[in-house]
Amino acid sequence: MSEAYSRPTTGHVPVLRLGDVLLVTLQGDLHDSTAQQLQQDLSETISRTGVRGVLIDISGVEIVDSFLGRVLAEIAAQSRLLAARTVVAGMRPAVAITLVELGLTLPGLSTALSTEAGMELLARQAPVTRPGGPRQESP
Amino acid sequence: MPEHEADGQLATPTHEVRDFLHRRREQIAQRWADEPLFRTVFTVSRDEAVEAGKVVVDALAQVADSDQVEDPDAAGFSEVREQLSRMGAARSRAGLSNTQVSSELAALRPPVENLLAADLEQAPPEHLRACSTTLTVLMGTLRLVAMQSALSEWQALSDRQRMQLLEVATPVIRLWDGIVAVPLIGTLDSARSQVVMETLLNAVVDQHARFAILDITGVPTVDSLVAQHLMKTVAAARLMGAQCIVSGIRPAIAQTIVHLGLDLDVITRASLADALGYALHELGADIVNPGAGQR
Repeated sequence: MSEAYSRPTTGHVPVLRLGDVLLVTLQGDLHDSTAQQLQQDLSETISRTGVRGVLIDISGVEIVDSFLGRVLAEIAAQSRLLAARTVVAGMRPAVAITLVELGLTLPGLSTALSTEAGMELLARQAPVTRPGGPRQESP
Repeated sequence: MPEHEADGQLATPTHEVRDFLHRRREQIAQRWADEPLFRTVFTVSRDEAVEAGKVVVDALAQVADSDQVEDPDAAGFSEVREQLSRMGAARSRAGLSNTQVSSELAALRPPVENLLAADLEQAPPEHLRACSTTLTVLMGTLRLVAMQSALSEWQALSDRQRMQLLEVATPVIRLWDGIVAVPLIGTLDSARSQVVMETLLNAVVDQHARFAILDITGVPTVDSLVAQHLMKTVAAARLMGAQCIVSGIRPAIAQTIVHLGLDLDVITRASLADALGYALHELGADIVNPGAGQR
């Protein structure tokens, strides 16, 4: 695997397919254009492959601004329209506090402590039945 | 009356007071030693009180010498500042209020003034009045310095205690594998809720906790601000993948929340035990009663 693939310079974040789940790992600072590119890539990949879940690992992200917060919420919403659940895993405490202070509580988003817990969550839960519904608390 | 002063050639009031303080150092210190402030602070021996009084008199003379009788930051005061604050602290430890300490400090003035009046008996009345005014101002400044240093000490103490309170008041307890709890006690303000949020979120990461229980049994009142803090903590924990349960809402608080029209959109349980039971159930570990088989 070439160096260029593992560390994309063209603004693409790699989207890996693991069975029925798409895995995205975000690292460090994310440019706004990269985030938008990811949003587009994800929707295309979901519709092409028909996966039932998207797992976004953001444990390597130190700062989430309002833009990235909104992109995450939009990814969740569009994935739901394509019948896939989105789980954001491994958010750091500082990031969570910042988002809450910004007023971005991301109600439509499922969260998990770690990638492993996120995979479990996606494996356990049935596909979404209420596209675009309001806040969904996992029971 | 000092012999070096010729009639009509009087020293300025400040210098007169300085000379007086130098001359009567011993007597002033002796009289102060009988005042409650010195007597109760230096209980071991009277000599100690007299020595402490002399140090204060020297400082006053030095301030008078530098012509800064109204300046609490005068160089002469820096040496006695610590001693004065120690004395003030000792008195307030004995249960005196600031006002009482201040009036004890004020009681140091009359003996000195009587001595001055006796010394300048033969001086012209205007001169006596001017000197006495200067002395009063000087003693007033001393009082100010003493109160300043005492207050700054109390300030430091209260700052320290506030920090300790923040540390002590927010323990995060691991109740089970993947379940942590924070028993909140006392009033929640912005600073405290920030600390609670941070320690709780860090505990969630460290202990891989899927459930975080916020027990508010010890919170006396819940207003909209406290509710907002709670909701923020709950939302932040949810973003990290943990689920928050609020337990221990007392009946009166429940009524307040409803009356205020607040929307506490979280899972709630009556007691910490119920919250733990719920979390264990969610984790797949039910608690069963081996005896009666009914709850």
